[in-house]
Amino acid sequence: MDALSKKVQEVFDEPACGKNQGKSEKERKKGCTKQLQPGAAAGGCAFDGAKIALQPITDVAHLVHGPIACEGNSWDNRGAKSSGSRLYRTGFTTDINELDVVYGGEKRLYKSVKEIIDKYDPPAIFVYQTCVTALIGDDIEAVCKAASQKFGKPVIPVNAPGFVGSKNLGNKLAGEALLDHVIGTQEPDYLTPYDINIIGEYNLAGELWQVKPLLDEMGVRILSCISGDAKYREVAYSHRAKAAMMVCSKAMINIARKMEERYEIPFFEGSFYGITDMSDSLRQIAKLLVDKGAPDELLARTERIIAREEARFWQRMEPFKDRLKGIKVLLITGGVKSWSVVAALQEVGMEIVGTSVKKSTLEDKQKIKELMGEDAHMIEDMTPREMYKMLKDAQADIMLSGGRSQFVALKAKMPWLDINQERHHAYAGYEGMVKLVEEIDNSLHNPVWEQVRKPAPWDNPFLEVMAAPGSLSPALEAAA
Amino acid sequence: MAKVTTIKKACAVNPLKMSQPIGAALAFMGVANSMPTLHGSQGCTAFGLVLFVRHFKEAIPMQTTAMNEATTIMGGFDNIEQAILNIHKRANPSFIGIASTGLTETKGDDVDGYLALVRKKHPELENLAMVYVSTPDYVGAFQDGWAKAVEKMIRELAESGPLVPNQINVLAGSHLTPGDIEELREIVEAFGFRPIIFPDLSGSLDGHVPDNFSPTTLGGTTVDDIRRLGFSQFTLAVGEHMRAAAQALQEKTGVGFEVLDSVTGLAAGDRLMTLLSQTSGRPVPNKYRRQRSQLVDAMLDAHFHFGGKRVAIGAEPDLLWAIGSLFAGMGSKLSAVMTTTQSPLLEQLPAEEVCIGDLEDLEERAADCDLLITHSHGRQMAERLDIPFLRMGIPMFDRLGAAHQVSVGYRGTRDLLFQVANMFMAQAHEPGPMDWPVQSAEGASCGSCTSAASH
Repeated sequence: MDALSKKVQEVFDEPACGKNQGKSEKERKKGCTKQLQPGAAAGGCAFDGAKIALQPITDVAHLVHGPIACEGNSWDNRGAKSSGSRLYRTGFTTDINELDVVYGGEKRLYKSVKEIIDKYDPPAIFVYQTCVTALIGDDIEAVCKAASQKFGKPVIPVNAPGFVGSKNLGNKLAGEALLDHVIGTQEPDYLTPYDINIIGEYNLAGELWQVKPLLDEMGVRILSCISGDAKYREVAYSHRAKAAMMVCSKAMINIARKMEERYEIPFFEGSFYGITDMSDSLRQIAKLLVDKGAPDELLARTERIIAREEARFWQRMEPFKDRLKGIKVLLITGGVKSWSVVAALQEVGMEIVGTSVKKSTLEDKQKIKELMGEDAHMIEDMTPREMYKMLKDAQADIMLSGGRSQFVALKAKMPWLDINQERHHAYAGYEGMVKLVEEIDNSLHNPVWEQVRKPAPWDNPFLEVMAAPGSLSPALEAAA
Repeated sequence: MAKVTTIKKACAVNPLKMSQPIGAALAFMGVANSMPTLHGSQGCTAFGLVLFVRHFKEAIPMQTTAMNEATTIMGGFDNIEQAILNIHKRANPSFIGIASTGLTETKGDDVDGYLALVRKKHPELENLAMVYVSTPDYVGAFQDGWAKAVEKMIRELAESGPLVPNQINVLAGSHLTPGDIEELREIVEAFGFRPIIFPDLSGSLDGHVPDNFSPTTLGGTTVDDIRRLGFSQFTLAVGEHMRAAAQALQEKTGVGFEVLDSVTGLAAGDRLMTLLSQTSGRPVPNKYRRQRSQLVDAMLDAHFHFGGKRVAIGAEPDLLWAIGSLFAGMGSKLSAVMTTTQSPLLEQLPAEEVCIGDLEDLEERAADCDLLITHSHGRQMAERLDIPFLRMGIPMFDRLGAAHQVSVGYRGTRDLLFQVANMFMAQAHEPGPMDWPVQSAEGASCGSCTSAASH
């Protein structure tokens, strides 16, 4: 456990984190997770975060060491897509019982690893620690080491039991597991001057595939994506990339920074959401590669692609402009996504009446102010009741948020769109932006709203609906 | 009579089972104006919450005591106290149900003791009903957590009192959907009873649009009605796992009970009708006489399609019993049967073997089956086996209407039979000229024949 608390402390101390830079040393030590409020908390645990970050690696077995709750209640529930192996969608858990709690679960864990290798023969196994097994002192690192040696296969401990903190901390501890045990352990077959890593992109709903064709056209090779649609091998040789793009700063900044330190892979923080951000990201990728020695002509080629795609995008937006002008959007989402989506929606003429900044860094907030003006309505923490009221009072025409608040909007009979990890549509890149606008348009102009908002006949004061006892049918009367 | 086997292996693959605490939490959701709370790390609640949101397509009230490493070791009194005060302040529920988790059970918190202390310290909570149930994650399964929660609520809240004529209790098992409960209510009311249904998901999770926002459950059994369970004439316990709760109520208040192991199928429907008719002294209403006749007709029409079919089922014991018995009664063979936890029903199932295991075990046994019945996690397996897939149980996250699936009573059984028969019919094999090759003929496997067939 000592090693784990050291790891947690190290992760809290992340120097490249925008939020951390504004803190005193003392504040930094306290960590980035706000103390969770019993009875008023929402959100996943560190284990959840670690699983989210690594599960998109498609060809490994993800084995959860703990009681049935941790995997049994949650497996196969995320939208990360694979172009190959389906093994990542198989639920593996030691499902420990009472005896294991008393005598320890290490033997069961070791046997589980063996069973998985015998039956599924994956290139690697990731073993996730959970609260109960941490509490009883199961040493997963020792078991993984022994199993690796015995079976000649990487067995990777992911030490992020739920009770050490939030989902975000779990994301970072997952990153540490990759840095400690995976990255740099294999070599690619060949290298090109155009090899990049994409860090913190999970290929939800297949979003990576909305971007990859453009990178292909630029001549850029995704050496490895951490971790969307990744194979174990690709992550293992990711240290040979020339440059990296970090998509979600909240989740995996430690990977990006440490890879820069260890392997001199420069990185930038970018986003695939929104036109400006998408174009900037392509530009930055090209620039970093050229800085690292790729031929100059990459820059011009990239500009040509950007110009073509942007022109095409605006042309495709024409039919929507009148339909979406002035539409009021309430945007409830985490961190970096806020401002990139804000920018994107404004680009097509919508008005953002509020955006959540709960997970945003100071820099994020600054960007939002730039985009929405000084009096931007930034929501730190909005209760569902407040969201409901805002929608019910029609201060917004549509809400974009994660699944958690979906029913707040729907019960207020207001349009809603899922923009979080369980969403079914892909919204990345130019193609994704068109899709997002189409979806907003579909949702807003669906005739269903008019129907569901009509009062029931008996709630209509101008209509007299049979109410007197004598007017009931004989059958109803008998029942009454 | 089936042989009951617990699969012996170290690693569960593709779990069928879910944990006790979220079973308890769902039972707490059947109480009106309630806030189910898990005493564990916040992830314990988050996973359960996401699961229920995806199943019911509803906002789910569910809270956590947000335990961390330090508070777990020091004991969770402060977290329990804070959680209750926060919930009381923010959501003002009438009821808080607290279920333990693997984390807090490993440490061994005395939560009943904590609650007594919280009550003493905070007289302002006088009108708030609170019940704690012990549900370690590493013991039992979802259905057990539900059963324990219902039993504990009865032990703590039910009171004896003057008999209320025509009031009867329906203790609803976790295998019943809100739609099932609605159907049962209608049936019971048709005999002139005023039923207290407990827990009542049909009020809270039946998917309706309330007039205003509520941070707690939208409906369900009121705390007052739970107290008045002891005033009833009789208790119907639906599902074997409701037996302990019915027994507890009888011990405490003297209300007699009958356990209905199933309310799906003709015989089970007949038993329900007979019982209600005898207890009420009223004849079975014409409506149900007609529905029975329709069910008999449906069975006659559907048996052609059910007969001889091999079925793979993975479900919690009580759902397995109800559905398995129905299929066996229609002439299907239960060739692969998987469940999550022990139950006296298992060995009575009309199958050769019933296993306690996971979906990997079910898949191994289901290779030659014609139909798979399990919750949505069977989707990958159904695809691999390429057989029709009937989703039943929790979670059902990749289809709409989970709450309104009805499989109880004559009418519910009739509709289920039609649904399944249609699945079989859609799968029917179209006969072709190569279907009946002569097995022993010389040169039957000549090259020209195979190439012709593959065109």
